[in-house]
Amino acid sequence: MYLILAWRNIWRNKRRSLITILSITFAVLLACVMRSMQLGSYERMIENAVRFYTGYIQIHKDGYWNDKVIDNSFEFDSVKLSKVNSLKGVQTYVPRIESFALSSYKSQTKGALIMGVDPERENELTRVKDKLLEGIYLKAKDDGVLLSQGLANYLKATVGDTIVLLGQGYHGANAAGLFPVRGIVKFAMPQQNNQLIYMSLEKAQWFYAADNLITSAALVIDDPDDAQKITKEIREIYKGDAYEIMDWKELVPDLVQSIELDNISGKVMLWILYLVIGFGMFGTYLMMTAERQYEFGVMIAVGMKRLQLQVIVLLEITMMTSIGVLLGILMSLPALTYFHINPIYFGDEAAKAIENFGVEAVYAFSLDPVIFTNQAYAIFIMAIVLAGYPIWSIYKMKPVESMRP
Amino acid sequence: MSTIIKATNISKVYHKTTIPVHALNKLSVNIEEGEFTAIVGPSGCGKTTLLNILGGLDQPTEGKVEIAGTDISTMKDSELIDFRLKNIGFVFQAYNLIPVLTAIENVEFIMLLQKRNKKERHTRAMELLERMDISDKANNKPSQLSGGQQQRVAVARALASKPRFILADEPTANLDSASTSNLLDLMAKMNLEQNATFIFSTHDQRVMDKARRIITLEDGAIVSDVKR
Repeated sequence: MYLILAWRNIWRNKRRSLITILSITFAVLLACVMRSMQLGSYERMIENAVRFYTGYIQIHKDGYWNDKVIDNSFEFDSVKLSKVNSLKGVQTYVPRIESFALSSYKSQTKGALIMGVDPERENELTRVKDKLLEGIYLKAKDDGVLLSQGLANYLKATVGDTIVLLGQGYHGANAAGLFPVRGIVKFAMPQQNNQLIYMSLEKAQWFYAADNLITSAALVIDDPDDAQKITKEIREIYKGDAYEIMDWKELVPDLVQSIELDNISGKVMLWILYLVIGFGMFGTYLMMTAERQYEFGVMIAVGMKRLQLQVIVLLEITMMTSIGVLLGILMSLPALTYFHINPIYFGDEAAKAIENFGVEAVYAFSLDPVIFTNQAYAIFIMAIVLAGYPIWSIYKMKPVESMRP
Repeated sequence: MSTIIKATNISKVYHKTTIPVHALNKLSVNIEEGEFTAIVGPSGCGKTTLLNILGGLDQPTEGKVEIAGTDISTMKDSELIDFRLKNIGFVFQAYNLIPVLTAIENVEFIMLLQKRNKKERHTRAMELLERMDISDKANNKPSQLSGGQQQRVAVARALASKPRFILADEPTANLDSASTSNLLDLMAKMNLEQNATFIFSTHDQRVMDKARRIITLEDGAIVSDVKR
């Protein structure tokens, strides 16, 4: 009967209860959309930077990360890397040799980041084949290169053209060569899209005079949340050797910091929203308590324990909150699902302006369950804290005074 | 007949303003089982205060109240709530039914608090509503009942817990004469048939006419106590 009593009490004042429920619904809806958009953007940024570029874990020669030169490369040790590959949660490893070179076609010249890769393994990590705009993907030991779209545009080179690469190889050797363009690839991140050149690992080792050397081995893992655990296990394998093993948070510290900073501002916005809704909820509880003083007094007078009365009031508040939270989540789900599948891309002008800041010009939405559960927790905690007022009021109530007309 | 209520030298002083108000002044009274008692007197004489103290809703400033041999003057709040639930029925001037519950649910509610099983609750609630001649409105909410009907449900509720006595504070004050007469007849019937003890505070002459004992208060003290 307590449940019946609580449920019917909610609908005694339909308008007020509906306003309270709708305000909670609105808060949850808004909070879910805000967080979904924010976390969706973070996921997209991490995916672009990590999933499709650095990998979640990298192995380098010690000191390479601070001084990314070809001289800091290390021997490609397939035995050790096989051990790493056999660790639980590791899908595969992707060997790379990375360095800079000048790229040139006809009268155009631009600095480029050369990435020598095993085409098949690389594709498992970065899905670079899917980014192909035109031309064909690299084969193993391919003599040609893939140009990033921005760089190709700058050089005014296209599939079938031959570009010149000029740089410094291992231990100061000259690095120079002609490379036919096999394809053009497009990357979401402007930094990558404007300077990347892919070539096969063997061709890059030849170009940099770095036989059997690599600058990094990036790892594909099943679950990004296991990155730290796997990093520790790899450090055990490479114990005592002069290698540095870094997880993605160490690989892209700027990105992690900017996400953390932005996340704080998002949370502050949420707190402000909760505060506004909290005042509304508190107003309802205040009215509910004030107008039922007499009734509470009577119930205690006839023998209802204060705790029982407090439980009924708490049930009312919990029911109202649950309805509001559920409605908010249910209303947000269809829209968020739609935008998760179909992210919002900016128009050309706006996209250019945003990409100038090094960010992909897209509003992506996340469907991480945490988005919904966190809003539910936040609203419930707030409701329980605010319920302290009617509960305290019942605790302090003197039936004789409450029933005085 | 055994003594149900024994109030000895009870005083109640309110200190709401700088001048203390003596609502009750060393008042002593005994109520026997099965009595049909009216407490009367002018406004402000202390009727409601006396009822509140006898009902364990308020504590006397001085003196002692014993209900069936148990001193309730020194009980803690939680003990008093439990004591009231088991021993005292209340009927209020404004009926005070729970607005969201139907008539039968209101009557059952007290028994629910006493943790009685569903079948027993329902059977007794229906029986009481029949005795109070309101069973046909068992599924109506208070807002669908007249004042007299609500007060009959309130009496059924007060009786539901099988209390030792029922305190009724001006139960007819909001009723028309037909409803008053009907309610009083029903209460008198319950008093005679079930030996239920009723204590009223009232200004109503019709209640006084039905009462078998009339205690008159003035300035917080008993000025007459007549048994008929």
